[in-house]
Amino acid sequence: MVMSLECTTSSPAETEALAARLAGALRAGDVVGVSGELGAGKTTFVRGAARALGVEGPVSSPTFTIGHRYEAPVPVAHLDLYRIAGLDPEEWADLEPYFDGTVAFVEWPEHGGDWLPAARAHVTLTHVDESHRQVSIDSDDDLGL
Amino acid sequence: MILGIETSCDETAAALITHDGEIVSNVVASQADLHAKYGGVVPEVASRRHLDLMVPVLEEALVAEPEAIAVTSRPGLIGALLVGVSAAKALAWARRLPLIPVNHLHGHVASLYLRPLDLQPPFTCLLASGGHTMLLDVRDRSGYTVLGTTLDDAAGEAFDKGARLLGLGYPGGREIDALARQGDPSAYDFPIARVPGLDFSFSGLKTALLYTVRELSASELEARRADLAASYQRAIVRALVERLETAGGDRIAVVGGVAANSELRAALPEAALAPLDLCTDNAAMIASAGRYADPVPYPDYLSLDARATA
Repeated sequence: MVMSLECTTSSPAETEALAARLAGALRAGDVVGVSGELGAGKTTFVRGAARALGVEGPVSSPTFTIGHRYEAPVPVAHLDLYRIAGLDPEEWADLEPYFDGTVAFVEWPEHGGDWLPAARAHVTLTHVDESHRQVSIDSDDDLGL
Repeated sequence: MILGIETSCDETAAALITHDGEIVSNVVASQADLHAKYGGVVPEVASRRHLDLMVPVLEEALVAEPEAIAVTSRPGLIGALLVGVSAAKALAWARRLPLIPVNHLHGHVASLYLRPLDLQPPFTCLLASGGHTMLLDVRDRSGYTVLGTTLDDAAGEAFDKGARLLGLGYPGGREIDALARQGDPSAYDFPIARVPGLDFSFSGLKTALLYTVRELSASELEARRADLAASYQRAIVRALVERLETAGGDRIAVVGGVAANSELRAALPEAALAPLDLCTDNAAMIASAGRYADPVPYPDYLSLDARATA
């Protein structure tokens, strides 16, 4: 682990701002795992990063739809693998288009098993209290954050 | 006769309707049983399951010869959509029929155009399901204008995640609806997000429930579960009804899975409500929308593609 950033945010806006910093270090083809309990702020974090990458309009939860793809200078994909118990080759074929030329944020990346492309960064959000979240960003690269 | 085909999410569906909106057949193979078994997690959520079910579902639905084939081409999981689109292309090609690509969301609205309801625009429509929550201005049957949409979680998703926090089963909406009848809806004061314009937000409500549940011991949660369900449902229904009232309009309609919620239905006695069996995903609504969308003549549709976005 080359880089590990830990901080506490006190509002959704601060979580989005932190995500925007990470977004500045990302490029097409990157995969970012996003972990955290229900309500920890996973979609909020992805929204902040997507905004910084130029996505306009609502960035909503993909829990039911599994994948959202947003057009931007570098397209952004937002996936939630919660409803997929474990990827196999056929399910990977369904998801592969979301990783093609995008910066892809993946919630519940552990459900992706060995099929998911290696993540460039991993974000973990933890509840502190109703407004505060602890956010850690880990990467094998020096992302310059 | 129009054949409708729907594979955009969890349901594999085919239906036959007449040009004036009479349902002739309506077959839905749902993965709801699988969902229940795995607590909301489906082992084969995607295209393979649709592939297994597509032909048997079509065989059951095709009780007469169609003159056109309508299929959901967007939005949804690409692999899932492609199973329906490919089946539709093959059937249309073999029979030299026109193909009508349909937007799934237009399909939900068009569930109101089937008989006996046969609703005539204009109306303001709330579309609320697991994947979508939108307020639509419907001026004619060929489309709609989006007035507002959820900024985070969909209303159906809020029900489902709330059910998970309360330790209830799947589908969460139905479980909360049933338990709420035994609870006091004013026991807890859950927040209704005030976001600008006609958009919706449900993630703060979900977090409020999470923190309320966290402070209860296991036995307290057991004792208060019905009150929590009732109060939580009240907050979701209030948020939806408030937005409908703000949007105004002489006539209100509600479609999508959340339209099956009993408190929402009771809160909107004047509204046109999608029939219960047409609230969740089905192909009759896709065939219905197909009557008001642009057909692609044979054989120009072979290059038609599925799209992830609306």
